[in-house]
Amino acid sequence: MLILNCPYCGCDKDETELSAGGEAHLKRFGPGATDAEFEGYLFGRENPKGLHFERWRCASGCGKWFHAARCTATLEVFGTYKAQTLEPPQNIKDAISAKRPGWTWRGFS
Amino acid sequence: MKRNSVFAVAREALRQHSGWGRTWGNPEAKKAYDVVIIGAGGHGLATAYYLGKNFGITNVAVIEKGWLGGGNTGRNTTIIRSNYLQDPSAAIYEKARSLYETMSQDLNYNVMFSPRGVIMLAQTHHEVRGYQRTAHANSLQGVKTEFISPARVKELCPIMNIDGPRYPVLGALWQARGGSARHDAVAWGYARACTDMGMHILQKTEVTGITQSAGNVTGVETSRGHIACKKLGMVVAGHASVVANMAGFQLPIESVPLQALVSEPIKPCMDVVVMANTVHGYMSQSDKGEMVIGGGTDGYNAYTQRGSFHHLEETVRALIETFPMVSRLKMLRHWGGIVDVTGDRSPILSKTPLGNTFINCGWGTGGFKAIPGSGWGFAELMAKGESPLTDQFGLDRFRAGRFIDESVAAGVAH
Repeated sequence: MLILNCPYCGCDKDETELSAGGEAHLKRFGPGATDAEFEGYLFGRENPKGLHFERWRCASGCGKWFHAARCTATLEVFGTYKAQTLEPPQNIKDAISAKRPGWTWRGFS
Repeated sequence: MKRNSVFAVAREALRQHSGWGRTWGNPEAKKAYDVVIIGAGGHGLATAYYLGKNFGITNVAVIEKGWLGGGNTGRNTTIIRSNYLQDPSAAIYEKARSLYETMSQDLNYNVMFSPRGVIMLAQTHHEVRGYQRTAHANSLQGVKTEFISPARVKELCPIMNIDGPRYPVLGALWQARGGSARHDAVAWGYARACTDMGMHILQKTEVTGITQSAGNVTGVETSRGHIACKKLGMVVAGHASVVANMAGFQLPIESVPLQALVSEPIKPCMDVVVMANTVHGYMSQSDKGEMVIGGGTDGYNAYTQRGSFHHLEETVRALIETFPMVSRLKMLRHWGGIVDVTGDRSPILSKTPLGNTFINCGWGTGGFKAIPGSGWGFAELMAKGESPLTDQFGLDRFRAGRFIDESVAAGVAH
């Protein structure tokens, strides 16, 4: 059973109390974008076996969206952070580096 | 390879079964092949088989990281049906279903195909309308299905409670020629036939990299060294994104666990396959007497081959209302497989950005039923560069917005 800590209300939430929202840090494309950009935004997914950044919603708690850094191969959770950011904060990156030295994900490392 | 027949059974009975031999080969890898297929599950082996049978291409290696048919081929609930809404889906799934009918004779290997009929329950008014629409679409597509009444459902499956307060049975989509088959035997039968044609099945051989030159693949790096190829087929289901990433392109796929479980064996009580899509529960009885139960997928990406317990609980909770007699059954085994789900819930059988490389993936939660049709179409695509069965399933449909939408169309979980 996956347990994530909501960074807004501070509660540990069981996965049954959360909704999964798919890949995090997607760059939004709208009018004026090329077909390739729009396809990438809508459908192109990293889907890695290992470190992944995801959006989650504290559905039965405060209702806010947050981000989680998680390993899809071991279900290990590296940390959660607020969604109002374009990239993972340094403390999350450090927590990942401690367990997965040399990690990369899209443009982050 | 010796042919299996009633005479072979009699002959072996007289000499204490000492002469059966290996079902498939375990050869040393060559340095180069005409075609390399990554993934020796049902779809990969079927592709190799039809490359040999339909196009005479037999210098083929099928590379497998684990053991033959040990991924989703050995982890599904063996349901075979073709009652899809969209024309391209109906075509490829119906091709597959019809090939299953003659597969045992074709492969000379008993895959225990049992056309016992598939009932898809309509338990909401939305589903009633959806399945009536599917039945009409199927009659235009030449797929024999019908929408049946609750009384007929009860007649076909007497152990079902059709008056449940939460999940009443309001009707069902009935495909009399659907059914199930022995999933392991499908992989073994294809492997045996491939070996017979001189193809190599390389188990415990992990692909670690893909070598390229000028936009074409030249071979694969494996745990047994480099293997060169003229054409490459990627048929790795749940790990499609991982292998595509090695080749340098991204797929519109998310990998999630899908769970199933089987009960202790009981006496025959149900001779049809029942699917209840509202509650993500599927049930049939195996020839051994176990009740085989399939559940829903997890909501988030994982490669762990086990799923969240609460999904299983939801499935079982709903099933025991529809089938009260199973409430006291003990469950023997439970497992998960990693399914590759696309945005429109339809598969990808496609060319790739690399010239001589093809990909077959995205079958999501419904790959087993499609194995022979998928292999047939994908082999044609690899051999000729195009196939009427696969031309709608290209990767380019996501850019063009030309979806084959099976998820919204009928509210169907596969």
